[in-house]
Amino acid sequence: MLERIFVLPSQQRNVTMASKNGTLPPKHVYRGDPLAEPPPPELAAILAPHRGEPDALITALEEIQRHYGYLGKNHLQYVARELGFPLARVFGVATFYNLFRFAPPGKYQVRVCRGTACHVNHSDEILHALSDHLGVGVDETTPDNRFTLQVVACMGACSLAPVVVVNEETLGRMTADKAWAALEHLGEEGEDA
Amino acid sequence: MKTVIRVGMSTCGLAAGAQATYRALAAAIHSRGLPVTLQATGCVGACHREPLVEVAQNGASILYGPVTPAEVNALLDLHFGAATPSPASDWLVSRHADRRDYPFLGKQVKVTTQLCGVIDPHSLDDYLAHDGYQALRQALTMTPGQVIQAVKDARLRGRGGAGFPTGVKWEIGHRQPGARKFLICNADEGDPGAFMDRTMIEGDPHRLLEGMLIAAHAIGASRGYIYIRAEYPLAVKALHEAIDQGRRYGVIGQNILGSGLDFDFVIKEGAGAFVCGEETALMRSIEGFRGMPTMRPPYPSEHGLWGAPTNINNVETYASVPSILLNGPGWYSGMGTARSGGTKAFALAGAIQNSGLVEIPIGLTLREMIYDIGGGCRDGKAFKAVQLGGPSGGCIPAELLDTRIDYEDLRATGAIMGSGGMIVADETTCMVDIARYFLTFTQDESCGKCIPCRVGTRKLLNTLTAITQGRATQADVDKLAGLCNTIHKASLCGLGQTAPNPVLTTMRYFGHEYRAHVEEHVCPAGSCTFNGNTIDRG
Repeated sequence: MLERIFVLPSQQRNVTMASKNGTLPPKHVYRGDPLAEPPPPELAAILAPHRGEPDALITALEEIQRHYGYLGKNHLQYVARELGFPLARVFGVATFYNLFRFAPPGKYQVRVCRGTACHVNHSDEILHALSDHLGVGVDETTPDNRFTLQVVACMGACSLAPVVVVNEETLGRMTADKAWAALEHLGEEGEDA
Repeated sequence: MKTVIRVGMSTCGLAAGAQATYRALAAAIHSRGLPVTLQATGCVGACHREPLVEVAQNGASILYGPVTPAEVNALLDLHFGAATPSPASDWLVSRHADRRDYPFLGKQVKVTTQLCGVIDPHSLDDYLAHDGYQALRQALTMTPGQVIQAVKDARLRGRGGAGFPTGVKWEIGHRQPGARKFLICNADEGDPGAFMDRTMIEGDPHRLLEGMLIAAHAIGASRGYIYIRAEYPLAVKALHEAIDQGRRYGVIGQNILGSGLDFDFVIKEGAGAFVCGEETALMRSIEGFRGMPTMRPPYPSEHGLWGAPTNINNVETYASVPSILLNGPGWYSGMGTARSGGTKAFALAGAIQNSGLVEIPIGLTLREMIYDIGGGCRDGKAFKAVQLGGPSGGCIPAELLDTRIDYEDLRATGAIMGSGGMIVADETTCMVDIARYFLTFTQDESCGKCIPCRVGTRKLLNTLTAITQGRATQADVDKLAGLCNTIHKASLCGLGQTAPNPVLTTMRYFGHEYRAHVEEHVCPAGSCTFNGNTIDRG
C-alpha cells in the first residue's frame, strides 16, 4: 500500500539518475499518448490556429465545446498533445470553469437563472418544478436526450426576473407553470425543432 | 423628415419578445408602404416596459411599451392613420423627448449610457454621427500627461466598486518603464443581479473601445484585452463587430488616425468563474490558467499580464472617459459629490416596480433612487431592504434610505458601492435566506486556494442553512460574527474578504429575524421551511 502512495527511495534514485542522463522528457510536455490517431479534421481545424499561443487553452476549449456541445476525454487529450500543455493543466482548467461540461447535452439546454433578482422573485420554485416535471436534477439529461437541466449564476436580464433560458432563447417573467408550458412540447414528434 | 421607429433589442428586450414586435412592425410598415426607417437599438434602460418602441417623428420622440405584435397596427394608426385614436393608451411611456413626464427616465443623467437605445449598435456611422471618436481625436492632440490630468480633474473613480481614482492609476501605468504594456477591460460582470456592462456593450460598444483607446494613448499600451462573460453572447458579438468596424475606419490597428499610436484588441471570453472578476485571477485566466488570485502587491499596474505593466478598469470607467474629454473635466466633476465626480450606472432589479438600467449623478439618496426612479416596491408590498454590491456587498434597511449613493457613505453602512447591482427586497424576502443565498454563491465560487475562504465560507453557509431550517441555536448565531471577522481578515483576495458582508449587514440590521428563526422557529417573512412545515407565502 505504501508503495502505491509514496515513491520508494530506490525508485526515486532511478528517477534522479535518469534525468541526469537526459533520458526523461522535458517536464511540461505531454507524455502519456493513448491517441494513436491524429485528431479528426474538425478538431484539428479548431486547434491549428492556436498552436504556439501560450494563452490559447481556454479559448480552444470554448471553441471545442461550442462545436461538439461538450468536452470529451479524448478532446482534452488532443488539446494537451496538439497544443503542448500538460494533460493535468488541461483537465484542471476545464474542471475549474463552470462553462465546461463533460457529457453530451440534451437537445434543449434549459438553464434556470439563479441570480439575485431571480432569487427574490422565487426562481427556486421554478427550478424545483422543472426538476420534478423532467425527473432529472441539475446538470442531468433526461433519458430521451431531450432536455438538460442547468442553473446559471446570472444572465443579466434581471429586470425580467425570473428568467429561464432554453438554448439561446431567453424567457422572461417566468413562473413554474409558464416555464413548463414553454418546455412541455418542445422537440416532440411532428414539431419543427 | 423621415420617421424613425426604434425597437430595443438587447438581451432584455429579446427576452420580453422584442423580436416578434420588430417583425410585426417591419411587415406592417412594408404592407402599408410607410416612409419609416425601422431600427434595432440597444436598451434605453426601462426594461420593465419592454418591448419598447420609440417613434421619432417631426422632431418629437414618443416612447411606447410594452408593445406586443398585436398592438403594432394600433400604434402605427396613432401616427399614420387618418383618424387619431385617443393617445392615452396604457402603453404610452413618455411623449416628451426629455422624458420629463416619466420620472424613471426623466430623473436620470445619462453619460455612459447616453446612446443606449438611441443608436443602432451595429452601425459605426450612427456612433460617428453622435460625436463618436471625437474624444479620441482630441486626446491624440494632447500629451498623455494632459489626458491623465483631465481624468484626475474629473474625479473619476473606478466604477468596478473599489473606487480607486482612475487618473492616479493611469499615471502609475504611464510612469512604468518599457514599451510592453497592456490594458484590460474587466467585463466579467459576475455579480448576480448586475447587468450594466451588458447593457452598455450591447447598446453602444464603440464607446468602450474609444475609452480604451484614449487610455492606451495616456498609458502607452499596445494591446487591450476585453475579458467578457461567455453568458453575454450578444455583447460578445457586438464587440467583435465594433472592433472590425474600428479597424476598417482606422481607429484600431497601426498608426491610429495618423498619430503614430498602435493599438489592437483581443476579446477573451470568460468561462464562468466569479473569482475571475478579481484582477489577479482575471489575469491568470487571460493567460490560460485556472483563475486563482495571487498576492498583491505587486499590483497589476506594475507587474501584471505576463509580468508587464497592466492597467485594469471596468467597462463603465473606460466608457466614462470620452464624455469627460468632450465636455471637460469640470462638467463631469460638477455632477458628483466632493469626493467623487460624475455619474454611476445601476442595475435596479428585484421586487421593484420600475426595474432596469439607471444612471444617476453620484450623491443622490437611496430613497430618491428607489421611490422616485424605481417607483417603490411591486404589488404594493412594503420595502424591506436594498442590496448593493452583490455577494461582496450588503443589505441596507429602510431607516437608512436617506444615505447618499457615494463610495464612502455607502461603506459606512456596511454595504459597498459595488459595480452597480441594486436589488430591492420586499417584505416577503427573508433576510437570513438572502445571506444564505449569497453564501451559497460565494462558497460555490471560492477558488479553494486559501483556507479562510474555502473552509470559512462553507462553515458560514452550514450555519446559515441550519438557521433557515430551524436547526440552530442562539449560540450558533453568536459564533457567526467571529467567523466573519476571521474570513474577512485572513482571506487572500476580495472574494473571501468581502464574502461575510451579506451576513454582517443582515445581522446588524435584521438581527430580529435571526432571533425569530432560532428562538421561535418562525420566519418573519414566511419564506423558510421548518421541519417539513412550509409556511405559506400567502
